[in-house]
Amino acid sequence: MNNPPLSRITGKRRRPSEFLLYGLIYLLAACLAVLVLLLVGYILVRGLPAITVPFLTTAENPILETVGIFPSIVNTLYIVFFALIICVPLGVGGAVYLSEYAKNKKLVGAIQFASETLAGIPSILYGIFGYVFFCVLLNLHVSLIAGVLTLTIMVLPIMMRTTQEALRAVPKAYREGALGLGATKWYLIRTILIPSSLKGILTGVILSVGRMVSESAALLLVAGGSAMYMPRGSVWEQLSHSGSTLSVELYRYAMSRGDNGTAFGIASVLIVIVALLNLLTRFVAWRLNKK
Amino acid sequence: MTKKTSVLSGKSAKPLVERAMNLIFLICGLASVISVVFMTVYMVASGGAIIAETGVLRFLLGRIWNPGSSEFGILPMILASLLATLCAVLVALPVGVLIAVFLAKLSPGKLAAGMRTFIDLLAGIPSVIYGLLGALLIVPMIFRLQKAAGLPNGGSLLAAILILVIMILPTIISVSETALRTVPKQYEEAALALGSTRLQCIFKVTIPAAKSGIVAGMVLGTGRAIGEAMAVMMVSGNAAIMPELLRPVRLLTAAIPIEWAYSSGLHRQALYGIGLVLFVFIMIINILLRQIMKKGGAHDE
Repeated sequence: MNNPPLSRITGKRRRPSEFLLYGLIYLLAACLAVLVLLLVGYILVRGLPAITVPFLTTAENPILETVGIFPSIVNTLYIVFFALIICVPLGVGGAVYLSEYAKNKKLVGAIQFASETLAGIPSILYGIFGYVFFCVLLNLHVSLIAGVLTLTIMVLPIMMRTTQEALRAVPKAYREGALGLGATKWYLIRTILIPSSLKGILTGVILSVGRMVSESAALLLVAGGSAMYMPRGSVWEQLSHSGSTLSVELYRYAMSRGDNGTAFGIASVLIVIVALLNLLTRFVAWRLNKK
Repeated sequence: MTKKTSVLSGKSAKPLVERAMNLIFLICGLASVISVVFMTVYMVASGGAIIAETGVLRFLLGRIWNPGSSEFGILPMILASLLATLCAVLVALPVGVLIAVFLAKLSPGKLAAGMRTFIDLLAGIPSVIYGLLGALLIVPMIFRLQKAAGLPNGGSLLAAILILVIMILPTIISVSETALRTVPKQYEEAALALGSTRLQCIFKVTIPAAKSGIVAGMVLGTGRAIGEAMAVMMVSGNAAIMPELLRPVRLLTAAIPIEWAYSSGLHRQALYGIGLVLFVFIMIINILLRQIMKKGGAHDE
């Protein structure tokens, strides 16, 4: 009867100081969860009422005093689409070079370092570089195409890293088998390596889209402008004009005009896009694990 | 393996397609190197002009920023940026590590997965939305403090710090969590077997073993904080005066988008100069990060 309780022997008894620490940890975790729910909830509650069919499908009309974000949706799609067209082959190619071709250790180190450096440069500096290089030096002016090129460099490290990880996961036996059967290197890459790392590449694409959709500082400088008019003219004509994406438009409504209702409407659209992209990443990862 | 193929096919007999593809992949690989070289060259070239004109010391240590009379001293902005970043990291680091401990060690798997969805969402929210929320929720919260101190209401350094804390938390949490998870199980088992409690084990064994990963997370968070432009610009009030916690401040990053539209000539060049100063800060952080990762990698082996 006088035996000490089991918990004292196994050291499971908790000291008051430990209770405090446990309490603090659980409290912080709970606070974070509540914070996210509050922030997202607040945006949606204030923003969703603004979202109507005309809001999404028309341009702003100062005479009728209606607002619409269709032009900036189109600008966002243009920038994302064309940046991906350049960036995906470039990023995948770079990753293939690093993992399949490069033999010179110094070169590999330089490419890795460059890619890490690009990933660490903040978007406002991409904005300055893009302006000085693409808009002024290459004479592209402040335009969507300058935005496309700037964002291409910005998301290049994301594409390279995810593709590299996917290539690393392809078993060595695949490569040895193909080369042993007499396949050339390009044939091996084309028919085996790229198809088997397709899901990794897809993850890179989704992450890149997320980064581009939320980008504002760089685009404000290089693609700037506003999105007042419905899109017109050929694709090239539109690309060579300035135009703002959804994030930049949000900034304009909130800061230059103090129209918070519209800003929250755009914010809700962006939150929905970000949440969908997150779900998509998970879905791709889940399919990857199942395979 | 490669030797065998080269013996069979012969190096000189490599078909044209192969050689062309080799070259194309090389160019793709070099794209990032070329980008970094070009960025460095053009940042230095565009930002160097104003610094050469006003002198390094007068630009970096000047206290007065008045584009109208061509006075470009950015010391208040440098101090504001450093102060905001330092405070944000000091707050976010302990909070982030404790939440990472919760996710990696204390919470049941399903709860941790749910929390991670939240953290991913937090990481994905565009910075303009943080700016909007900050301007409407955080800035008014500080009004009472400002009133008590007898200062006018408005954006402040404190608001910028709070918004940065929220923005860098996801980075610190996810990097620290990964670091905590990769600590070998034997370390913890040994500590537990020797009679330490769960928390003693975490704080005396797991966290010290994951130190290099946690430091990497901190440096990454620092880089994010010092480079953030839009969100801090929307909450910090933007007065280029010496920083005080409850007064409006202007950060280096914020100065660029604010004045961009109406700047030209020397004024625009001064903004390029601010860009160059930021670029140098970021490069230092990048190199620091690389050293830490290298050291951490060597430690694991």
